[in-house]
Amino acid sequence: MSKPRTLFEKIWDQHVVVDEPGNPAVLYIDLHLVHEVTSPQAFQGLRDKGLTVRRPDKTLATMDHSIPTTPLDVPIADAIAAAQIRKMEQNCREFGIRLFGMDSPNRGIVHVIGPEHGLTQPGMTIVCGDSHTSTHGAFGALAFGIGTSEVEHVLASQTLLQRKPKTFEIRVNGRLRPGVSSKDIILAVIAKNGVGGGTGYVFEYTGEAIRSLSMEERMTICNMSIEGGARAGMIAPDETTFAYIKGKPHAPQGQAWEEAVALWRTLPTDEGAVYDRVMELDANELTPMITYGTNPGMGMAINAEIPDPMRVTVSERPTLEKALTYMGLEGGKPLLGHKVDVVFLGSCTNSRISDLRLAAGLIEGKRVADGVRMMVVPGSQQVKKQAEQEGLDRIFRDAGADWREAGCSMCIAMNGDQLSPGEYAISTSNRNFEGRQGKGGRTFLASPLTAAASALTGRVTDVRTIME
Amino acid sequence: MEPFTTLTSRVVAIETTDIDTDQIIPARFLKTTTKIGLGKNLFADWRYEEDGTPKSDFVLNQPEVQGVQILIAGDNFGCGSSREHAPWALMDYGFQAIVSTSFADIFRNNSLKNGLLPVIVDEDTHQQIMSLAEEDPNLELSIDLASQTLTLPDGRQIEFPIDTFSKTCMLEGLDQLGYLQKQMDQILKFEESYGDRVNTLSPSSGDERRETRD
Repeated sequence: MSKPRTLFEKIWDQHVVVDEPGNPAVLYIDLHLVHEVTSPQAFQGLRDKGLTVRRPDKTLATMDHSIPTTPLDVPIADAIAAAQIRKMEQNCREFGIRLFGMDSPNRGIVHVIGPEHGLTQPGMTIVCGDSHTSTHGAFGALAFGIGTSEVEHVLASQTLLQRKPKTFEIRVNGRLRPGVSSKDIILAVIAKNGVGGGTGYVFEYTGEAIRSLSMEERMTICNMSIEGGARAGMIAPDETTFAYIKGKPHAPQGQAWEEAVALWRTLPTDEGAVYDRVMELDANELTPMITYGTNPGMGMAINAEIPDPMRVTVSERPTLEKALTYMGLEGGKPLLGHKVDVVFLGSCTNSRISDLRLAAGLIEGKRVADGVRMMVVPGSQQVKKQAEQEGLDRIFRDAGADWREAGCSMCIAMNGDQLSPGEYAISTSNRNFEGRQGKGGRTFLASPLTAAASALTGRVTDVRTIME
Repeated sequence: MEPFTTLTSRVVAIETTDIDTDQIIPARFLKTTTKIGLGKNLFADWRYEEDGTPKSDFVLNQPEVQGVQILIAGDNFGCGSSREHAPWALMDYGFQAIVSTSFADIFRNNSLKNGLLPVIVDEDTHQQIMSLAEEDPNLELSIDLASQTLTLPDGRQIEFPIDTFSKTCMLEGLDQLGYLQKQMDQILKFEESYGDRVNTLSPSSGDERRETRD
């Protein structure tokens, strides 16, 4: 019998085209997703070298980062962003790439639309010039972010030069308690393991707590693998995965469906396979999480005290002090009850229909606190349509929140949606870096439930205290 | 890209750990469609006041660091966003090498493809260089890529790791795409045996008619 392999190793082995000793492997890419911000220089590279896109049939483009989320009939105010969007349209025409463009009902955040259309399937290799490509790993695919040079490599050859990463099992035992969600799992993992702890590894999330999550909850976890330093995060496909994919526009059908599922069932990690590293977490013990600092590893239980710089190691002190100064916070104090100016519900981490439903469920019939600006930005135009059919837009609007068109919005703040200097935001996005949500803006990362609860009170709030 | 063989330069030190690519080049500067001119906005939010005047206490604004080509930075440099604009900005500013105890994966990959050398040293060496730089603002370091050594002013040589493939590409200024193109026969052969089984975008793979019409 052959050596037991992990989910990652099976997909890796199947996609290696060439593996010369001393050189990185040539890895075949099944799906290349492209967006407007990290691709123009790659297309220019092709043009300069007289090359074409080798497999336009395995390439899909959309626009999400620099597009505004204002109504579609309003022209794009930012001339430079408008030029970048026109460039994407022009590149797609010139190189024959399918584009979910500005007016497309299929447009959305690149990591929301892949799964939504059934383009993301188990066993695939998927890349995109965006670090949150790890999201697609929730389906048992090997998916990771790449730089613009690598975008050019994939466009030109449909392959990528890669060193084989090591494997890291993150086992989450037990079950989540009410008010605690998958966002809290991943924030806890990163708080425990650090923002660089996964460097050189691929995460595989296993255990009872992971198995009991829906696909959208799994995507939230895999999405933030990169915030723990791992380029990819994966979850073995199971019945939940198959049920989610079935019937999606690009899902296999009939006999092809049966064959695909049979193949997907062979992907999970074999009994006896060995990971290079392992960490364990107990979901029963998790509380809602929140970040207090300027990287996603600076997170804690929502009812904990902010770490005191005088009580950490000397090497950690300068970075923590710098973070707390930027955040305007004091070590040793609680964050609960801290004022909130803005609530952002959106991003490739938490902008899917189930995220919106959770938040709407808490907000229904209530009002966003005075002085708080709440923005709700669906992850795709399809999510937006679905939410409107369910009346979620009315719930948010009636509560005083702003209901927007789809896009990355305030997660990256390069599209007009941003914080003002000094403002505090509770955000369901993935990065709390200095200035990430607008120059001088200060971000607390949290789950949609925590964000919605805090919107109602105008303060950092433990959702468990207001749940019925 | 330009070949990288040897480099001797004074250094700039930023001791902060986990410097993310949003700090190296904030997202609002990513609306460009070219690689050039990003250096003026390198570390923009740490470097400039609201009105655009340089912040006098930020190290890159000190007159003596002008023309410096080596940056010493804290652990896990370049984490976060995959933006290749980060190495483009560092190089456009004039940096040729970054010394740290570790680099984020994507940043490291992006740097090597542009001729920006990531030099990994152990924590002791890193601390020594940091304190030497603090004592002597004119401290010079030398890097020799062929022998993979970093030389301190006292003559001490420290070896640093780099994989042979990236090293050769850096030394000769080779675009890594050239290697992939040489493998085209193998790629075609792979595709033949692999087929379109997992081409989820292909019209035959699903029922696209159910996709909302563009």
